[in-house]
Amino acid sequence: MTDVVDIRAGRLDNETLAENFADVHQPYDKAGALVEANRCYFCFDAPCIAACPTGIDIPGFIRSIATGNLRGAAMTILEENILGGSCARVCPTEILCQGDCVRNGPGDRPVAIGLLQRHATDYLDGAAAHLFDRAAETGKSVAVVGAGPAGLACAHGLARQGHGVTMFEGRAKPGGLNEYGIAAYKVADDFAQAEVAFVAEVGGIEMRFGTTLGAEISLAQLRSEYDAVFLGLGQGAVRDVGLSGEDLDGVHNAVDYIAQLRQAADLSALAVGRRIVVIGGGNTAIDIAVQTKRLGADDVTLVYRRGPEQMGATGHEQEFAQTNGVRIKHWLRPVRLQGEGDVRAAIFQTVELGADGTLADTGGEQSLPCDMVFKAVGQTFVPITDDGPALADGRIAVDESGQTSLPDVWAGGDCVAGEDLTVQAVQDGKIAARSIDGYLKNSGS
Amino acid sequence: MADLRCEIAGVKSPNPFWLASAPPTDKAYNVERAFKAGWGGAVWKTLGEDPPIVNTTSRYGAVSLNGQRMAGFNNIELITDRPLDVNLREIKQIKRDWPDRAVVVSLMVPCEEAPWKKILSAVEDTGADAVELNFGCPHGMSERGMGAAVGQVPEYVEMVTRWCKTMTRMPVFVKLTPNVTNILAPAQAAKAAGADAVALINTVNSIVSVDLDLMAPTPTVDGKGSHGGYCGPAVKPIALNLVAQIARDPECSGMAISGIGGIETWRDAAEFIALGSDGIQVCTGVMHYGFKIVDDMISGLGGWMDEKGYGRLSDFHGAAVPNFVDWQDLNINAELVARIDQDKCIKCGLCHIVCEDTAHQAISVSGTGPARRFETIDAECVGCNLCAHVCPVEGCITMAAVDNGKPYMNWTQDPRNVNATAAE
Repeated sequence: MTDVVDIRAGRLDNETLAENFADVHQPYDKAGALVEANRCYFCFDAPCIAACPTGIDIPGFIRSIATGNLRGAAMTILEENILGGSCARVCPTEILCQGDCVRNGPGDRPVAIGLLQRHATDYLDGAAAHLFDRAAETGKSVAVVGAGPAGLACAHGLARQGHGVTMFEGRAKPGGLNEYGIAAYKVADDFAQAEVAFVAEVGGIEMRFGTTLGAEISLAQLRSEYDAVFLGLGQGAVRDVGLSGEDLDGVHNAVDYIAQLRQAADLSALAVGRRIVVIGGGNTAIDIAVQTKRLGADDVTLVYRRGPEQMGATGHEQEFAQTNGVRIKHWLRPVRLQGEGDVRAAIFQTVELGADGTLADTGGEQSLPCDMVFKAVGQTFVPITDDGPALADGRIAVDESGQTSLPDVWAGGDCVAGEDLTVQAVQDGKIAARSIDGYLKNSGS
Repeated sequence: MADLRCEIAGVKSPNPFWLASAPPTDKAYNVERAFKAGWGGAVWKTLGEDPPIVNTTSRYGAVSLNGQRMAGFNNIELITDRPLDVNLREIKQIKRDWPDRAVVVSLMVPCEEAPWKKILSAVEDTGADAVELNFGCPHGMSERGMGAAVGQVPEYVEMVTRWCKTMTRMPVFVKLTPNVTNILAPAQAAKAAGADAVALINTVNSIVSVDLDLMAPTPTVDGKGSHGGYCGPAVKPIALNLVAQIARDPECSGMAISGIGGIETWRDAAEFIALGSDGIQVCTGVMHYGFKIVDDMISGLGGWMDEKGYGRLSDFHGAAVPNFVDWQDLNINAELVARIDQDKCIKCGLCHIVCEDTAHQAISVSGTGPARRFETIDAECVGCNLCAHVCPVEGCITMAAVDNGKPYMNWTQDPRNVNATAAE
């Protein structure tokens, strides 16, 4: 390893960067949407509805697109999923609605539900989009902690019912992972903020930024000042890989770098290595790999210790990474990171699946020279220290309605068990809002 | 390949595919291109008296169905808007340059003997193969006592046709309007007057859509709309029925039929010929895609005839006519039941929900999700075909004949028909 560390900004010109981080999905025009909408069979008791965590009446909204009733289509989606716009962009539809479309047989292809949902919700762009009216004020107040998808969905549901909602967000902007975590080209053109503005448009939602639970505010304080509390805290910590050399320069948590990238006013000012190694197999791993590649990294290798089947990222995402020039290597367990001051190589042990289902070393070692290493092996929930709700498997324990062990506290999104998907977070927030509404209406004044 | 040569009322063409009298045949430039593309004949856009008529803008309306453009089409255009002598000169030139193609001239003049005599002798001079009397145009010209205004009165049809038959040696085609209660009345009138052929259908009275912003029918001319003539694939079923009504009518026997109405493919053409058309005419198809579609019409029809062992058009001409009967002649003892091929079923459930909501509750559903299963309840199935029509998978639902051991019996023989018994 005689070559020098090569990490620098401005690998690509601004025009190329703008292209690389522009909207990755070509939206339908009216004619294209019409043709695709008419591919939907309007199934009886459609399987796609059951496959959607928020239960959107998919054939219903598609039929509305087909008839030119875009407002109706948008309403059908947003009634069940107020963040239908971002879900249209980020949902892994191939394992949800589109995965269960009856048109998955040989020689056919599923209806492009995600793109059609986007077409319908993009209607909001042009329209004076006041779709939801707020009920008369109830005088009840709810604190919603975390302005990510779960918190936003919950806040909207409660505000519609006339309750007063105050949102507490630790970061400077609302949107949660839509603003800080999702790959930039999936939610291009500042979509996350536009969507939050649409959500807040119903009225009755106040947002306070730079207020973190456990620092500026406490749960006890919120419980005493508000009639109910919803916790949409997300996962505040990243899982450790536990390697020697993790403290070397050039070793980063993928989520931190992505957040920095998402907030960067000038992508050409963002330093990126020539050779990148990504450790992990989930969507974050894919997102950091593709984004560094699109920033101009020469050689990006994503390394996962098991096979393609076991990766958290869907087959579609894996293919997306590969068609973006990311090399994916499987069955390599990270052993250590090497370098002096700067990371210079990541060392892996070759492994195979043992008879008992655990990984067994096969004795070989592989060294991948690199300038930067990104760790993307998952995130974890940071429990609330002062009299927080009971946990289950390290996350907040909730019942079917999202209620925690504390009678006036609900929770949802990535801080509770379940699929870590935007659409699931929205569903959690929606369900909790219904439950909180019932609680508030029964609790007198 | 099969011999596609066609003869209708003595007019010969290398294939049965003619262009109908319409914008595509308005001038030599278009007809020349059509013949180069392979069309067997053309009926020149209707000639009238000078001075020529004046058209409006716009002229066309269309119906899109589920993203398919021009599933139905209509127009408010009138007959040719070019001087008579220009058209005649071009017709003469085209016929001279393309002697093997059928060149028929459509005509429309007022219901008086003199103008017909005058125009017929002028057309005869062009060497055209035949004339087609336009008694069908349903808009504009009909307000001036021509077109459909003639076709809707059998006595007028007979009178004008008779004049023409006595005034010219050319074969006379009579083009009929579908905007009548009984197509046999004008068809029989044409036959009585000695017409060599009928050509049908002309366009159907229609408003294709309403512009909900302008609050006016389309196509819209300066804020107003008028009814137009409907054509294209949407009218094919109407045309097939009217052609078949004439084909099976003993009184019309011996009169040739030129089939028109929504024909865009070789299969459409084969169906018209099987129901008694001696040749066919196309308009909307070429106005949608251009003249090139004739390539597939020729190879498709020839290929299908080869497959079926038909050497020439006459081998299957009218073959479906004997099977076109009155309802009362259908076998009431024939029984069908829906059969769902579970290996092909994609579990969309449309068969179930339409039978449940709108038919006979004869398709059950069991299981959930991808494991759900749809099955016919034989005792409830009346064999109506609805499920087979809605099923999106080719060959998944078939209608199987039930061997009930019952002999042929039609309604006139059925004891359940109290009127049949009373009549005896």
